Amino acid sequence: MKLLMTTAVSALVVLGSTAAMADIKLGASLSASGPAAFLGDPEAKTIEMMVDQINEAGGINGEKIDLVLYDDGGDPNKARTFATRLVEDDEVVAIIGGSTTGTTMSILSVAEDAEVPFISLAGAIQIIDPVRRWVFKTPHTDRMACEKIFSDMQQKGITKIGMISGTDGFGASMQAQCKDVAPKYAIEILADETYGPQDADMTPQLTKIRNTDGVQAILNPGFGQGPAIVTRNKAQLGIDLPLYESHGVASDGFIKLAGAAAAEGVRLPGTALLVAAILPDSDPQKPVVTAYKAAYEAKYGETVSTFGGYAHDAVDLMTNAMKTGGSDPAAIRDALEATQGYVGTTGIYSFSPEDHLGLDLSAFKMLEIRDGGWTLID
Amino acid sequence: MDALLQFMLSGVTVGAVYALVALGFTIIYNASDVVNFAQGEFVMLGGMITVFTYQAGLPLPLAAVLAIAITSLVGVALNKLALEPARGAPVVSLIIITIGASIFIRGAAQLIFDKQLHRFPSFSGDAPIHIFGATLVPQSLWVIGGAVLVFIALWLFFTKTLTGKAVLATANNRLAAQLVGINTGWVMTLSFALSAAIGALAGVLVTPITLVGYDVGVGLALKGFAAAMLGGMGNPKGALVGGISLGLLEALTAGYLSSQYKDAVAFIVILAVLFVMPQGLFGKSTTERV
Amino acid sequence: MKLSSKWMQLAALAVLVAVLPLFFPSGYYYRVGALIFVNGLAVTGLVILIGYAGQISLGHAGFAGIGGYACALAPAHLGLPPSLSILLGAVISALLAMLIGKPILRLRGYYLAVATLGFGILVSMVLTNERALTGGPDGMAVQGLALRKILRGWGWKLTSGEFWYILSALAMLVGVWIALNLFQSATGRAMRALHGSEVAARTVGIDVARLKLQAFVISAVYASVAGSLLALQNQFVTPDIAGFMHSIEMVTMAVLGGVGSVLGAVTGSAILTLLPQVLTVFAEYEQLVLGLVMILVMIFLPRGLLPSIAAKLKGRGE
Repeated sequence: MKLLMTTAVSALVVLGSTAAMADIKLGASLSASGPAAFLGDPEAKTIEMMVDQINEAGGINGEKIDLVLYDDGGDPNKARTFATRLVEDDEVVAIIGGSTTGTTMSILSVAEDAEVPFISLAGAIQIIDPVRRWVFKTPHTDRMACEKIFSDMQQKGITKIGMISGTDGFGASMQAQCKDVAPKYAIEILADETYGPQDADMTPQLTKIRNTDGVQAILNPGFGQGPAIVTRNKAQLGIDLPLYESHGVASDGFIKLAGAAAAEGVRLPGTALLVAAILPDSDPQKPVVTAYKAAYEAKYGETVSTFGGYAHDAVDLMTNAMKTGGSDPAAIRDALEATQGYVGTTGIYSFSPEDHLGLDLSAFKMLEIRDGGWTLID
Repeated sequence: MDALLQFMLSGVTVGAVYALVALGFTIIYNASDVVNFAQGEFVMLGGMITVFTYQAGLPLPLAAVLAIAITSLVGVALNKLALEPARGAPVVSLIIITIGASIFIRGAAQLIFDKQLHRFPSFSGDAPIHIFGATLVPQSLWVIGGAVLVFIALWLFFTKTLTGKAVLATANNRLAAQLVGINTGWVMTLSFALSAAIGALAGVLVTPITLVGYDVGVGLALKGFAAAMLGGMGNPKGALVGGISLGLLEALTAGYLSSQYKDAVAFIVILAVLFVMPQGLFGKSTTERV
Repeated sequence: MKLSSKWMQLAALAVLVAVLPLFFPSGYYYRVGALIFVNGLAVTGLVILIGYAGQISLGHAGFAGIGGYACALAPAHLGLPPSLSILLGAVISALLAMLIGKPILRLRGYYLAVATLGFGILVSMVLTNERALTGGPDGMAVQGLALRKILRGWGWKLTSGEFWYILSALAMLVGVWIALNLFQSATGRAMRALHGSEVAARTVGIDVARLKLQAFVISAVYASVAGSLLALQNQFVTPDIAGFMHSIEMVTMAVLGGVGSVLGAVTGSAILTLLPQVLTVFAEYEQLVLGLVMILVMIFLPRGLLPSIAAKLKGRGE
């Protein structure tokens, strides 16, 4: 028993030793490992890189940022523990994080209780609807992705589609949002199939969609290996219908995994980040995305993803707010909410007391894969 | 009709993946009664090492051979460093050790490699083969062929070779096996090397279809374990039949019932089979060691 | 001697629980403590199943999921208060355990493992797929417990962390007390006989099937209540609670600490809950260290941390 006590106490001592005094404390809990590492890994790398950049440039109003970053592995329970640790033990003045909707929802109530501003990096609309005083987010909602895709379909005269979605959080959430918003664009969903996040073959589901009369296009909400396999399987089956993917696979890696031949003609809503090179010079986002892309790729030797971009914008927004708010959580929050016309990699943000996302549909660009690269459709 | 055929082809492809993983469980189980939950990690290592050595400029066949060789060494190390020292521990402890090993290997893989998904080219191109209106990618034939070949090799190994019989004897009664002159230490080393090699081979064959990342092992091990139990743990025939049945079940459920509940149907069938045949389809009744 | 040992174990645990907060530098430690106790409760249930009765389960997170979602769904759809929802979850878990336990528990060893695994996966699949009801993989919000407000009304103002620390500790202590009582009862002795040898137990007239089922149902209730407490404390629940990894985590806690003893299991849950928190300093190596700890403990302390160390200290076996 004495042993148990000493073990526990010594463990607590180790825990306690991480708390140190610092300038401006910024907290982050991300899914840098686990099933959502696709999201969390580039996010964590981006945040670390940007905080270093800011500190090398002299910090904020002369004060350095002290980043406390935890890896919640995509587990909402762990995320809540880390969020508690960030506010109670590390005493951070602001939190960025929640790579997934589940982890975000767990962090959210801690941030609200502790009255600490929190920028989420997850997609679901329920994070900011209803608006919560302390909670903001940078990614577009899944609903906006659906709307962007459906409006493109509408322009092409497509009214009847088949859907094949991943059963992970990302796919399932977008699937629900798309089904919800489809009538607005007069889109009828004739087939609604799903696949598990680690499935190896989706030809049965695609065969079902192909054999459904009247389907004019296929929509695949999902991320990870699923969409790459769906794209390959569709090519294998020789299904000659337009394929729409989600913003979840908006990265060069997707083209490589799916293969340029199979991915030819695939359309998806993406951000300026993906097409930095082909943006017109007049585009206000061009300098931001070019700078971030160059810095990230030089530092980590891998291509940027939309998700890292979400983190980039969150850090920028938060540190900008710190310039006026300093180390006072309430002042940072007020400054954050007052942000107008911030140009990020994802879009141009203007927050208000009624809108804690601050992006509109124009933030999305419809992209098409041609000859193994991206082209802008609109 | 062509739909049914397509479902079957998909089922057999996926089933062959499961069967390859399930076959990997067989040897270690036969030699030591241990279900190695790190088996999925061998598959991952096979895929990842091939990817990275191939990217480094090695020709694909050489990269694959290297991956299989390195993974075998990992298997031997697992036995020597983690399982041999714990010999005689209850089965629950052995399960925890192999799960610990799987977490360890995954942790090492994400440090040594990365957290991205990878793929290397299919062995015989991507042009689909058309069979009565249904299609199959050539890589599927590699996977199916691989599963069948490994099955035949294992079956011959256990029934026709002295070494294979020595493995079975070791599992049956280690002391007795030693008394009749079997070098049981060597048998265990061999078993782990072979199991790891089969796992790595599976990784090499399936990566062009399923892609590979540092964390694909858990999912594969789970399905492979279920397939092996469905067929009867320890029996190569069980692993093959269990794997293919599981794949077919999933594909047919996805095709005709609900793609959402295809994994559920697969597990319900496994439960149902176990209720009727508590040792799986081809399992032998043995005394338990729990 | 036996009786005093039971009360000594319980008292030691209670004192520890009461004294530890004196050393807490911040409110975060209450959260970690509460997690340890909730896990400890679930793991105590597994001690009854694995340690006493010798049956394995890789699907107990399924019951935690049922308990957790009972607290999310019953208040939202049936208007039940959260406290009664815990009970409802426990009853559903018990009934389900009885229903599936009968056929499943005829299986042995790895076959039992895969069957329970299948059960857990089925539960998590339903929670993931029935989006309209459960919110799907994104999870759903859980109403808080009214008790804290009532206590505040009585002038006892507790932070959320303190409240959950106390409540989880009480739940665990009650769980441990029941388990220790069971250990000494006729049923407990029969269970241990069953663990030793099923055939021998049968020959001395023990109703093996019934006993296994009892252990299974009891452990299911423990897991369910723990799941409920976790959901209520987090005010949010996702299907991860019923996932395969959670099942594995629970079994690992039990075995690591020492599945033959209740205190050992609680130690195991403390270590596995603390480890990721301590390892954040070298986050990159967290998985490496975790895997290594599991392997090393099983090799050098095969009966689990606490029993092995206790045996070494005493210089004799148990």
